[in-house]
Amino acid sequence: MKRVVTTLALAAALGLAASAASAQTLNTVKTRGILNCGANGTLAGFGLPDAQGNWTGLDVDFCRALAAAIFNDPKKVKFVPLSAKDRFTALQSGEVDVLARNTTWTSSRDTSLGLNFTGVNYYDGQGFMVRKALKVNSALELNDASVCVQQGTTTELNLADYFRANKMKLKSVTFATANEALKAYEAGRCDAYTTDASGLFAERLRLANASDNIVLPEVISKEPLGPSVRHGDDQWFDIVKWVHYAMINAEELGITSKTTDEALKSSNPDIRRFVGTEGNYGEQLGLTKEWAVHIVKHVGNYGEVFERNVGQGSPLKITRGLNNLWTKGGLQYAPPIR
Amino acid sequence: MAIDLPAASRPAHVPFYNNPKVRSVVYQIALCAVVFGLVYGAINNAIENLQRARIASGFGFWNNTAGFDISQTLIEYTSQASTYGRAFWVGLLNTLLVAGLGVVFATILGFVIGIARLSKNWLLAKVASGYVELIRNIPLLLQLLFWYNAVLKTLPDIRDSIIISGGGFLNNRGLFLPQPVFTSGFGMVEIAFILGIVAATAFCIWARKRQMETGQQAPVFLVAFGLVIALPLAVCALAGFPVDFIFPEKARFNINGGIEVLPEFAALLVGLVIYTAAFIAEVVRAGILAVSRGQTEAAYSLGLRPRPTLRLVVVPQAMRVIIPPLTSQYLNLTKNSSLAVAVGYPDLVQVFTGTVLNQTGQAVEVVAVTMAVYLTISLLTSLAMNIYNTRIALVER
Repeated sequence: MKRVVTTLALAAALGLAASAASAQTLNTVKTRGILNCGANGTLAGFGLPDAQGNWTGLDVDFCRALAAAIFNDPKKVKFVPLSAKDRFTALQSGEVDVLARNTTWTSSRDTSLGLNFTGVNYYDGQGFMVRKALKVNSALELNDASVCVQQGTTTELNLADYFRANKMKLKSVTFATANEALKAYEAGRCDAYTTDASGLFAERLRLANASDNIVLPEVISKEPLGPSVRHGDDQWFDIVKWVHYAMINAEELGITSKTTDEALKSSNPDIRRFVGTEGNYGEQLGLTKEWAVHIVKHVGNYGEVFERNVGQGSPLKITRGLNNLWTKGGLQYAPPIR
Repeated sequence: MAIDLPAASRPAHVPFYNNPKVRSVVYQIALCAVVFGLVYGAINNAIENLQRARIASGFGFWNNTAGFDISQTLIEYTSQASTYGRAFWVGLLNTLLVAGLGVVFATILGFVIGIARLSKNWLLAKVASGYVELIRNIPLLLQLLFWYNAVLKTLPDIRDSIIISGGGFLNNRGLFLPQPVFTSGFGMVEIAFILGIVAATAFCIWARKRQMETGQQAPVFLVAFGLVIALPLAVCALAGFPVDFIFPEKARFNINGGIEVLPEFAALLVGLVIYTAAFIAEVVRAGILAVSRGQTEAAYSLGLRPRPTLRLVVVPQAMRVIIPPLTSQYLNLTKNSSLAVAVGYPDLVQVFTGTVLNQTGQAVEVVAVTMAVYLTISLLTSLAMNIYNTRIALVER
């Protein structure tokens, strides 16, 4: 039903909208006074509301950072939980201003869905989870196995590719949401459950007997996850892109949510440009001088956000790995602010 | 009646714009023009906006490789060689399969329950009305989730399968049955079957003709049954049962071979049948009650026994009342089959408006095609039922 409603909204938006250029997202958000953020509603570590309705997660904090940069208030975000198959329609139709829902950046999504990926806030790869009792040690032993998978994801395609490439027979069972797929796996409907590795660790903890299940060592795909915005609004594209870069630059410069006051007094030219005591880089984006300080003060730098949501400060305990800074052997790298 | 003669000839002098006929035509043309103009404008605007946002449009995706797997395929489908178009047909056939079987079973169950509600047996009537009240007042989606999650998923794990004598297995991954394979010599049985149908039809025509002429009845049912069922079976036995079976076998992870009934399919079919049967039962009950008591009494007084009375007097009249609402129930069942998405059955909506839409991102085209498909299925069902309805409708002289 949700799908039909969103699609009708999209059709209406496309069919009836006066063809005004949509380069107005920032103004729209400012006038509305709140940012609409498309998030995952069911994935611990990336986007999940608790019983009190407080959202947590890496993607959730990204939206908060965006709100902090615009409004100097990370609370001015409305999170719209989206399923994998509804997410693009929601962004296309304007239901959300930005989509931060652990979405894999692929060429076809970037070019044919009318959206732009703004960066990679989590480098991931697809893996498998199986029950220990099966005594499977490698994904290559899964010939003829039933695999539960969520619909409308790159996961669904990679799964078919991997089995095809390794000449294995696949029996996939697809479900509309990750919840249903996981429930079916837990009930024994499938031998294996597949999703992005980060998701596997999160989902494993939700199982009744987490320790009876193992994540297989193979990572079968590249899954660069990142936020995306609609085509046709370069200013908004720049802002969303630079919010991510600001968080990485902050970590690189050693600015944390607790040290923003010291940073404002710093004499280091890189830091002075970052916090806005030198230059007008924030205004160039259409924001305020202190946009980056607001992000770090309210939400934190990339490292803090990572550790809090998926790293050592979280139940998931995922190591930084590829998501470490480039200076520490990872892939997270940001162009300089200058 | 005093008629003013000059007034009667007045219409000749009415200007054309005051002529009601001309006016109504003009208004209708104007309305059509406005509607078409709006639709045309909306479509044009949509295309323009899609292009501006650089969202792919058109049906170019139809022949692109799909690249995803589907759990139940009635036609050959592989993730590496098949296209999105093929995936569409797979989904459509899965929808037609569940809807077709659903209509058949729901009709049978619905008629049984409907007649049971009118039974003179107190217990039977109460059980039937309890069924109707319980089932039709619970949302279908909940029932589907109940059948899938609470009933079928709690079947034993594949390693503790229930073994069905004759080589079948039942577990939470489905029902696995031996698949019959016809070997050479089965052609004889097919020929016997076709001959049986031809002979049975001929016998029916002959029997009817004779009854018209002489009033004598022939045991049509027994003879037809013998010709259509017993004759091919006898030939089959004479040919030494030319049928082999492929037995399902346990492999490391799954059971392979044989006929496989997925739990997703079973949950959807059972849910749809049980839900729709409750409504059909009410339709049937209403139809039978609509035939006045006097009809039955008149038949009895003519000397007809209860069974011919039901068959020749009550049911034909009841059908006139039953068919139109029954058509609605068939359409409902077909459309409700799109709830498959909730239990992971790969029907048209799950495969096409689910995965294909998401992988191609072309929501407008995909949803438009899906809507057109459901509209076509519904109109065809409606047409068939209307033709049947015209045939059985009361012929008024």
